Amino acid sequence: MSPSAAAARTMPEIAREFGLSDAEYALSLSILGREPNITELGLFSVMWSEHCSYKSSKKWLRTLPTKAPWVVCGPGENAGIVDIGGGQVAVFKMESHNHPSYIEPYQGAATGVGGILRDVFTMGARPVANLNALRFGSPDHAKTRHLVRGVVAGVGGYGNCVGVPTVGGECTFHSSNNGNNLVNAMTVGIADADRVFYSRAAGPGNPVVYVGSKTGRDGIHGATMASASFGGEVEAKRPTVQVGDPFTEKLLIEACLELMATDAIVAIQDMGAAGLTSSSFEMAGKGGLGLELDLDAVPQRETGMSAYEIMLSESQERMLMVLRQGAEDAARRIFEKWELDFAVVGRLTETGRLVLRHGGEIAADMPIAPLAEASPEYDRPWRAPAAAPMLAADAVAEMLPPPDALRKLLSCPDLASKRWVWEQYDHMVMADTVRRPGGDAAVVRIHGTDRGLAVTTDCTPRYCQADPRTGAMQAVAEVWRNLTAVGARPLAITDCLNFGSPERPEVMGQFVAGIQGIADACAALDMPVVSGNVSFYNETEGAAIQPTPQIGGVGLVDDLDRTAGMAIADGDALVLIGTTAGHLGASLYLREIVGREEGAPPPVDLAAERMHGDFVRRLIAGGRVDACHDISDGGLYVAVAEMAIAGGTGAALHLESEALPLFAVLFGEDQGRYVLGVPAATAADLVAEAATAGVPARVIGRAGGGDLTVNGDWPISVQELAAVNEAWLPAYMSGQRPEEDR
Amino acid sequence: MQAVVIVFPGSNCDRDVAVALERAAGKPPLMIWHRETDLPLADLIVLPGGFSYGDYLRAGAMAAQSPVMREVRARAGAGVPVLGICNGFQILTECGLLPGALLRNSGLAFVCRDVWLRVETADSVHTRAYRPGEVVRFPIAHHDGNFRADPDTVRALEDGDRIAFRYCNPAGEVGGGANPNGSVDDIAGILNERRNVLGLMPHPERLADPRLGGADGARMFAGLVQALA
Amino acid sequence: MKARVEITLKQGVLDPQGKAIANALEQMGFAGVAGVRQGKVIEIELAETDARRAEESVRSMCERLLANRVIEDYTVELGI
Repeated sequence: MSPSAAAARTMPEIAREFGLSDAEYALSLSILGREPNITELGLFSVMWSEHCSYKSSKKWLRTLPTKAPWVVCGPGENAGIVDIGGGQVAVFKMESHNHPSYIEPYQGAATGVGGILRDVFTMGARPVANLNALRFGSPDHAKTRHLVRGVVAGVGGYGNCVGVPTVGGECTFHSSNNGNNLVNAMTVGIADADRVFYSRAAGPGNPVVYVGSKTGRDGIHGATMASASFGGEVEAKRPTVQVGDPFTEKLLIEACLELMATDAIVAIQDMGAAGLTSSSFEMAGKGGLGLELDLDAVPQRETGMSAYEIMLSESQERMLMVLRQGAEDAARRIFEKWELDFAVVGRLTETGRLVLRHGGEIAADMPIAPLAEASPEYDRPWRAPAAAPMLAADAVAEMLPPPDALRKLLSCPDLASKRWVWEQYDHMVMADTVRRPGGDAAVVRIHGTDRGLAVTTDCTPRYCQADPRTGAMQAVAEVWRNLTAVGARPLAITDCLNFGSPERPEVMGQFVAGIQGIADACAALDMPVVSGNVSFYNETEGAAIQPTPQIGGVGLVDDLDRTAGMAIADGDALVLIGTTAGHLGASLYLREIVGREEGAPPPVDLAAERMHGDFVRRLIAGGRVDACHDISDGGLYVAVAEMAIAGGTGAALHLESEALPLFAVLFGEDQGRYVLGVPAATAADLVAEAATAGVPARVIGRAGGGDLTVNGDWPISVQELAAVNEAWLPAYMSGQRPEEDR
Repeated sequence: MQAVVIVFPGSNCDRDVAVALERAAGKPPLMIWHRETDLPLADLIVLPGGFSYGDYLRAGAMAAQSPVMREVRARAGAGVPVLGICNGFQILTECGLLPGALLRNSGLAFVCRDVWLRVETADSVHTRAYRPGEVVRFPIAHHDGNFRADPDTVRALEDGDRIAFRYCNPAGEVGGGANPNGSVDDIAGILNERRNVLGLMPHPERLADPRLGGADGARMFAGLVQALA
Repeated sequence: MKARVEITLKQGVLDPQGKAIANALEQMGFAGVAGVRQGKVIEIELAETDARRAEESVRSMCERLLANRVIEDYTVELGI
C-alpha cells in the first residue's frame, strides 16, 4: 500500500497493516520518543519482519554448531566461508524464494537466483556453481505444470545469462506443496583468502556509494510478504514481484570483482530483502556508526518516488558500498566502463543514527543500534511432534512383484530423471564442471588446479513430516554421504529451513526438532552450519508444507583423479556397505507402491554413518573404486538400477541368503549405505578390510550383461530401465493444459 | 599464434575459450573490450559465447553494432581467420559476416547437453584437424540456435562446401532426433565464402580437456595453431 | 514525437513461438484460429518534430539494429 492511501487511517492501524504487532508498535514509539512518520514506520516494519529479523527462529538458530578449524566465517554475514587450501576460500549460502515463485514463477525463481548470487559475490567471491531445490505440488494439481515450467525457465534464464553453471539440485512433488511451492537457491563461490569483503562499515566520513540498477517501485514490502502466509488473495499481491535483469547482474559481478582487486572498498552489502533499508541498517549497525543518506541522489527509474518507496524498493541488481575517502573517482570509472549506475548517496557519521534526506526535508531520523537490539525475539510456544510409530516390514504388504515395483518407482515423479530440468540449465559454462548433474554430488574444478569442490543439496520432506528431528538429521547425513560418494571431504553446510507458520505450536515444534536434528548431525559429522535462511509461513489456509530443512553441502576433492561417479563398468563386483534392516516406514515404496504415508523414517546412526563414509572415502582416495552411489530414496534396487543406467551395463544381484523378506531388502531405505563397483579381483580383500575396520560390507552381485537381474530372475534390460526413468517428466510437461499457463 | 578474444558486455565463455586457446598455443590470447576501435595484430579473432547485451532485442544484435566490430569486419575481409562460437555465431550473422539467422530453438527451451556432429568439410583453418565425415562430440548451450536461411542461401552453402558441421547421431547419421534445435538441414556451423570465418553453435572449448569428459574440441584449436603459427 | 515500430517475422520464416500460441489457443477451445505470428513492439521517443525526418531516422534504426532484415519485417507508425 502507498503512504497516501494510508493517510486516512491512524498510525497504529497502519502499523498493523504493515505487519507490526501492537507491542512492536509500542516499542517503536519508545525507541523514537515520538510517533514515527510513515517512512519510519515502514522501516520498523521491514526490519522487524520475520524475514529480516528471524524473530521466531533466532533463539534456536543459536544452538547450531558453526565452528571448525576450517570455518573462516559462520552465519551472520552475507554468506558463510570455509578454507579450501591453496590460499583460497569457498563462500556459499542457500536462500528461499518460495512466495515470489508461487505468485510469478519465472521472475520469482530468477530473482531468487540473482539474490543468492549477490550474497556470494558481495563477499569478493566469483560464483562458480549454482544449485537449487524445487518442491512442487502434486502433479495432478491444476497449477503444478505451470509452476514447474516457469520456475525452471526462471532459474535457467538467470543463471545461464550470468554464466554460472547450475550443477545440481532436487525436484520433487507432493500435495502438501499445492499451495506453497519451495524454490531454494544456492550459490557457491571462490575467493582469495586475503580478498574477502564484509558488510561492517568503518570510518566516519567515508562515502556511501550506490551501484547497479536504478531504483523503481518494484517489490515494495517483499520482505513482509515473505513473512505472511497466503490467504485467498494471492493474485492481489502480484505488484510486489520484482523483475530480474541477469545481464545487469553479470556486469555487476565483473565490476565488483574488478573494484575488489583494488583497495577502495571498506564494506559492501547487497540490497536484498527490504532493499536500501536493511543494507544501510546492517552496514552501519555492524560498525556501530551512523549513516546519512541523500535519497535524491539515489538513481531512480521512476518519477515522484517517496522516501518510503525508495527505502523499501526491492529493485534487483543493486549494491551499497562504503569506500575509502578519495577512492570514489577510480571506483566510478570502473562502474561506468561496465555501463552501471554509480552514485555517492551518503556518508558515515558518528551519530549512530540513520538520517534520510529527501526533497530538502528530513524524511526519517532514527537510532540504529536500539532498532537492532530491540529487534523482537520470540520464544514461541511449541509442541513436540508426536513420533510416528515404527512400521515392521511384515506389516507392509508386497503389492507388486519387485521388478514391476522397480519400474513404477523409477518412473514416479520423485525418482524420475530430472534431465528435462537440468538440460535447461547451462551446467558447463566456466569449463570446470568435472561431474555434471544427475549424480550424487556435482564436482567443479577449482579453476587452474587439480582440486575440486563437490556440491549437493538434499532433504527428504516425508521423513521430516514423520519425525522432524530424525528427518533433519537424515538430510544432513545424506548431504555428507553424497559428498563422500564422489570422494570429497565434507566441509560445511548451509541450511534453508522451510516450515509453516511459527505461530502454530505444532509447526514451531517441528522447527525446534528440526534444529536439534541438524545440530546433532553436524556435530557428529564435523560439518558445521556456516550460513542459512529461514522461511516460515509456507502454508495456505492453514495447510502447511511438510517440514523441509533443505541442506546444501560443500566438500573438497583433493585430487580430481580420485573421484567416483555412479557408472558401473562391466565386470565390476558390487559391494554393499552398511547394514540392511528392511526399513519401509515413510519409504518411497510405501508411498508410491502401497499408497500409505505413515511410519517412522529410517533411524539415523550418526556414528555408523561416519564410520562407513570415512571408509568409502578412503577407498575412493586410494583409487580402488570404479563407481560409488549412496542408497537413498527407493532403496538398494533403485540404487543399483541407477548405477546400471549410468554405466550402460546390466548387473546381477545375488540376495539369496537374506533373512528378511526380499522386497524389504530391495526397497528398504536403511541409512548409512553405499553400493560400490570395484574390480572383481579386489572385492574379497576389500570386504575383509571393511570387517577389520568394523564396517559391514559384502559382495551382492556383479556388473555386466544387458539386464538387471535379482537371484538370476526378473531380467529388465538397461535400455528399458533408462527409458522408464527418462519418460515421465517430459511426458508430463508436454501434456499441456494451457488454461493454467496464465 | 596470437589470438584475440573480443569481450562484449554479457560474454560469459570468454575465459573458457581463452583457456582452450592457451592450452593449444602455449600463450594466452589478448582479451579485447568491445569498445576498442583498434585491434592489435592478430592471427585469429574469436567471438566467444555468452549473452552479449543479455540477448535483449535479438541474440547478438547489439553486439554486432559494437565499435570493435567495424575492425573485425575489416580484418575478416582481409582474410584474418575469425571464429564465432554460440553467441559469437549469432553476432557474425547479425553483422553480415555469415549468412542466415539464428532463431529460437524449435523446442522453445534452452538446451544444454553434448551433441554429436559430423564434420562436413576439413577445408578450412578451423576444421583442418578433422577428417570429413568424422563424428565428434561438443556440448551445446543455447536458446536461439535454430539456423535459418532462405533456400538459395542454403543451396549456396551446400554447393560451396561451406557447411562445416551437421548435427548427427553417434553413428554419424543426420536427421531424425539428432537435431537439437530445428536448424535447417541440420546445420550446426558454417563458413563464409572465403572460408576464413567460421560460426558454430556448439562449444568446442567445453570439451577441450580430458578432465571434463572429452577433448574433441581441443583439435579445432590445435589445428588453428598449426595452421597459423 | 513518438514512433511505434512493429517487428514481425517475415512470411515463410517458421515462428515456433507463434505456433505454440496457436496450439495453446486451440486447446483452450478458441476455434478457428487460422494462424498466429508473434512479433514485438518498440516505442521510441524522438526529439525530432518533423514527421518526414523522424520517419527516415526510425527506418534507418530498423534497418541497422531494430530488425534483422534476414528474417524480420517492420512497420513504422508516427505520432501516437
